[in-house]
Amino acid sequence: MNVRRTLAAALLALAPFAAHAQGAVNQDYRFLTFAVFGAIIALTMYVTYLAARRVKSASQFYAAGRSVSGIQNGWAIAGDYLSAASFLGIAGLISLYGYDGFMYSVGWLVAYITVLLVIAEPCRNIGKYTLGDILAFRNKPKAAKTVAAISTITVSIFYLTAQMVGGGVLVKTLIGIDYEVSVITVGVLMLAYVVFGGMVATTWVQIIKAVLLVTASVILVFFTWMPYGFSLPGFLDAVVADPKVQAQVVKLIGDPAAQMSASELGQRFLEPGLYLKNPIDQISLGMALVLGTAGMPHILMRFFTVPTAQDARTSVIWAMGIIGGFYVLTLFLGLGAAINVGAAKISSIDAGGNMAGPLLAQYIGGGESSLLGNLFLAFVAAVAFATIVAVVAGLVLASASAMSHDIWVGVVKGEHATQEEEVRAARVSSVIVGVLAIAIGILAKGQNVAHLVALAFAVAASSNLPAVLLTLYWKKCNTGGVVLGMLVGAFVAIALVMVSPNMTYPLAVKATAQKTIDATPAKLEKANAELAAAVDDAARATAQKALDKANADLKAAQGKLEQFKDQTTSLVGLEKPLIELRNPGIISIPLGFLCVLLGSLFYRDKRAEEMWDELYVRQNTGIHAEGASAH
Amino acid sequence: MSRSTMNWAAIDRDPRFQELHRRKAGFLWTLMAISVAYYFALPIGAAYFQDLFKVKVWGPINVGLVFALSEFIVAWGIAWIYARRANTQFDALAAEINANAAGMGGGR
Repeated sequence: MNVRRTLAAALLALAPFAAHAQGAVNQDYRFLTFAVFGAIIALTMYVTYLAARRVKSASQFYAAGRSVSGIQNGWAIAGDYLSAASFLGIAGLISLYGYDGFMYSVGWLVAYITVLLVIAEPCRNIGKYTLGDILAFRNKPKAAKTVAAISTITVSIFYLTAQMVGGGVLVKTLIGIDYEVSVITVGVLMLAYVVFGGMVATTWVQIIKAVLLVTASVILVFFTWMPYGFSLPGFLDAVVADPKVQAQVVKLIGDPAAQMSASELGQRFLEPGLYLKNPIDQISLGMALVLGTAGMPHILMRFFTVPTAQDARTSVIWAMGIIGGFYVLTLFLGLGAAINVGAAKISSIDAGGNMAGPLLAQYIGGGESSLLGNLFLAFVAAVAFATIVAVVAGLVLASASAMSHDIWVGVVKGEHATQEEEVRAARVSSVIVGVLAIAIGILAKGQNVAHLVALAFAVAASSNLPAVLLTLYWKKCNTGGVVLGMLVGAFVAIALVMVSPNMTYPLAVKATAQKTIDATPAKLEKANAELAAAVDDAARATAQKALDKANADLKAAQGKLEQFKDQTTSLVGLEKPLIELRNPGIISIPLGFLCVLLGSLFYRDKRAEEMWDELYVRQNTGIHAEGASAH
Repeated sequence: MSRSTMNWAAIDRDPRFQELHRRKAGFLWTLMAISVAYYFALPIGAAYFQDLFKVKVWGPINVGLVFALSEFIVAWGIAWIYARRANTQFDALAAEINANAAGMGGGR
């Protein structure tokens, strides 16, 4: 296990960062980010080095020998789950849209109620390493493992792509290193953890990341809230009274703002409806979160790492405390960024608001030109990078396990493989998935991947969850239902997104671009007139900025026209979306359940019936549950 | 761990297992239903009862904010209620069944 060589490769990958690129972190202070991130890499690589010596059996590689404690696993679940999207994205949404951003975060915690009540303990009691093992318990093993592996890999690839592409963009915006460099760095690091250290190293990387994330958030919230004497109404009064917040509300609601007083405008920021406009879409997303989290293969897999079902319970309770506490903190991070940094500045660097947290950190430390401010920013940037790596590692491990344990050992070799063979297969699979993730990350550069996270949850909720839930709790469930439900659920969820407004429609893009081009001459004229009339440097600078922006917009619009010149239809040949629904869950989840029901009723499967008593007794009592391995 | 075959049907019929099943099933699905209903009340309220959500209750804090924060309290509360019941009742029942499983229904 040459961990040192991999470490050297990872550091080398960091070295040739493009010097000209500009990120939120000031050039002069970028070494701070690299120092902090380097320290995190050094620590996690040391852990991987220790883990690599332990990982000799399949149980060690896939499940860390089932010797992770409940509390450790709780932190690891939080580290596995809190992606950069939740760390930077939700704080950003709150900073730009106030109340709606906070409301959005609630579903991510409530999701764990499903995990706690009906999934974690039964799965620990009857499962071994993968989703496929749970489904193969009473269904036909080869068929169940095949569909489980297909679904696991599909869900993981969607989520992986979102993480790799989103992560690459984020790191570029934060630190200014090239997109490709950051994708390769994330990929190489994650491969080192997974291939050498398996679940043992992945668990510790996730724990370290979760502790760093929570620490950074607590420190930031402490200093954000302190000036208001830790009073909630006092803090919110400052939000309502802030002119930057009021200006943002004016920008968001348009004309009606003219009739409102300053304090009414500020108060509007704390009321719903500034961001989430379509309740059906929200309910659809909510269903995907609440049912999809429990069907996420990389989350399910975490429950096999603890010794008993009781520890699985403890770990969900801890995870809920950490994840929920974190989302409550994001309310302060987001609103703190709104009053201290301002929505205008946040969205000028990143339209999605992702820089709210990092810019707040810079402000708290003393601002753009202070050493402490830049140290804080550097620390948050490094934590964001570590966050991406930890989530990606969990996903790669989950899909590699499906590939090696379910497909290769379960289906191809008919369960006949030695420990060495299986661990080797798992390592080879990890490399395949990891290289694939890097390739997809680079190929998908510039694509809009934000909806892929929601799609991953929707597929998990429409495919994995109905199959797992009914296998565990419905006596008549069998192979026919599981296969039909999983395939139809996943297919319908993906198909609905392919015809939804999430896709790129060239005609609409070109129409918008044409509108921009048509409006440019007037804008240029106005800016030029302002430039000529400007009496001082400040006015001249403002006019020049408007001029530059009009020119840049023109260039971007012309680029879009050129890019879609010969195209009139979307990826699947549509001129405009077939449905208005952005999140497919509200249709695909009930359909997934229905297909498991129908498939089971129309299919005869003696084994599934005979195994019911054993499954039901074992999932409730833990008799014959896989034990912790001695090491 | 020895892999002696159990008489699973007999364990399933055993009154102790039936007792565990009875206590658990209703309790779990009730908690599940409460939490799902409470969760979806938030987006539905925010969409269709905006006037109610805007009512201020404590300084700038309005009903909507209190409701959103209460979602966290309710989620944690349900987790706590479940964990307490599972730790005190379900685990003891399961342990008892586990200890006597080999002898149930004469299976071995």
